[in-house]
Amino acid sequence: MRYSALKVLKEGLTGHKGWKPAWRKPDPKAAYDIIIVGGGGHGLAAAYYLAKKFDQKRIAVLEKGWIGGGNVGRNTTIVRSNYMLHENEGFYEFALKLWEKQEQDLNYNTMVSQRGILNLAHTDPQRHAFARRGNSMILNGADAVLLDTAGVRKICPFLNFDDARFPIRGGLWQKRGGTVRHDAVAWGYARAADMRGVDIIENCEVTGFDIKDGVCSGVQTSRGPIKAKKIGVSVAGSSSRVMAMAGMRLPIETHVLQAFVSEGLKPTIPGVVTYGAGHFYVSQSDKGGLVFGGDLDGYNSYAQRGNLPVVEDVCEGGVSLIPMIGKARLLRMWGGLMDMSMDGSPIIDKTHIDGLYFNGGWCYGGFKATPASGFAFAQLLATDVSHDTAKAYRMDRFSKGLMIDEKGQGGQPNLH
Amino acid sequence: MIINHPLLGPRDAAEFVYLGDASLMQRPNPKSETAAEDFHNYQYLRNNPAGEHKELWYHEQGDRSWLVVTRNTLSHEITHVELARDVARSS
Repeated sequence: MRYSALKVLKEGLTGHKGWKPAWRKPDPKAAYDIIIVGGGGHGLAAAYYLAKKFDQKRIAVLEKGWIGGGNVGRNTTIVRSNYMLHENEGFYEFALKLWEKQEQDLNYNTMVSQRGILNLAHTDPQRHAFARRGNSMILNGADAVLLDTAGVRKICPFLNFDDARFPIRGGLWQKRGGTVRHDAVAWGYARAADMRGVDIIENCEVTGFDIKDGVCSGVQTSRGPIKAKKIGVSVAGSSSRVMAMAGMRLPIETHVLQAFVSEGLKPTIPGVVTYGAGHFYVSQSDKGGLVFGGDLDGYNSYAQRGNLPVVEDVCEGGVSLIPMIGKARLLRMWGGLMDMSMDGSPIIDKTHIDGLYFNGGWCYGGFKATPASGFAFAQLLATDVSHDTAKAYRMDRFSKGLMIDEKGQGGQPNLH
Repeated sequence: MIINHPLLGPRDAAEFVYLGDASLMQRPNPKSETAAEDFHNYQYLRNNPAGEHKELWYHEQGDRSWLVVTRNTLSHEITHVELARDVARSS
C-alpha cells in the first residue's frame, strides 16, 4: 500500500479502517540466499538496499526482539556529516545525501528535518581546527560555514557567550545537518524491505553459526536452524557477544551512553548545538522536549543504563551553556549500548570465515550512518566489493596500522 | 557505583579512572617469534563479556593505586576488589 496525502484524507473520512500492518510477520523458511542478523536500522537498511539496488532475492532479517526496540530507538536522532578524516567524511556525506531523499525513496514520513548543527568553539586553536575540518568537509562535497561569535549569536542568541572558562568564540555550522525521527527510520526501512519480499522475522534470536572448514552455511536460532549462502551480522552494541559465537574476538568494547529528554517546552533551540568542551549537546524534538546527552560513562557495560555522576556532568554542562533551561524538568533518561571500537570508527567488512560478513563498531555515531551503512553492507554482501566510501572500514586495519582515529586518542575505546 | 577499596574502604567510582580489561596487566613477551601478532591482540582485541568482567581502575583522586575490580557488566554489581600489585605478584 502506497502512502499519500490522498490516502490519509480518504482513510480520515472512512474511519481509518483500511490501514494494513506495515510489514508481514512471516515464519522463517529453511533457507535463504542472504540472512541479516539484527533488525536494527542498519540491518533493515541493508536488506532494503539488497532487494532494491542489488536485485537480491530470498533475504531474511533476523531480530532477537522487535523492530525498533534496540539502538535505533535509543539514540538522539542527529544526522550530520561533519567529520575531518577523508575515510569518514566521504562516507557520512554519502549518508547525509541518502537521508535527504529518504522519505521519497521509502514512501514513508521519517521526518527528516535539516535544521542545522552547530559545533561551538571557545579558543583560537579550536577555531583553526574547525576551519580545517570545514575545509575537509567541503572537499568531500559537504557544506560547512565557519562562524564568528556574531554568527553564533545570530543562530543561538540565548547561549552563555561570556562564560569565564569557555567563552564562545565561534563555531562550525553545517546547515544540512539536523534530526530524523528514529523509530520512523526503522519502520520505514522495514516496510519498504518487506514490500520487496524481504522476510522480517522478529523474536528470532541467533544462538550459533554453522561453521565448517572455514565456511559459514547457516545459523541456529531460537526458531530453528536456517541455512544461507551469505550471513551479515549487524548488531552493533552486542557485536562481541554475537561474533564470539563464531569464535572471533573484536577490537571493540561495549560501553553505555546516556541520553535525556526534558518536559515539552515551546520552540526554543533552533537546531542541534554541541558543546564538546562541556560534555553536552542538545536539540529539540517536534514535541518540544529537549533531547540531550554528553559523554560515555566510561566503563564496559551491557546494562542499558548509566550512573548518576554522568547525569550530573551532562546537566551541569547544559545549564552552564544555556542558563535558561535550568528550570526545565527532566522527563526521561536511558542508556544505549555502544560498540566502542579501538579507533572510534566502524567496521564494514568480510570476516576470515567464508560467507560471514560483519558490520559494527559504530561507537555513538551509528544512527546518522544508517542509510550509508545499509547501502555499503548490501553492496559488500551482494558483490563482495566494498563500497567506495566504506573501503577504509576494514577489519584488519589495526594490524596494518591503518587506523581511522578522528580524535587522535589511540586504542582506548572510552576516550573516543 | 561504589568500589570497596581494599585499603580505603568504600569509595565513589567517580574518584577513579577506568582503563579496561585486567588482562592488560599481562604484556606479551616482546622477544617471542609471534610478538607482532601478540601485541596486536593485546592492544586491540577484547573479550568484552556480558557478565563478570575483571577490569583495571585507577584511584586518581585518592591514593593513586591500581585496582582489579570484578564487576558484572549486565548489572554493574561489584563482587570483588583487589590491589593490582597483589594480583600481579600472585600471577
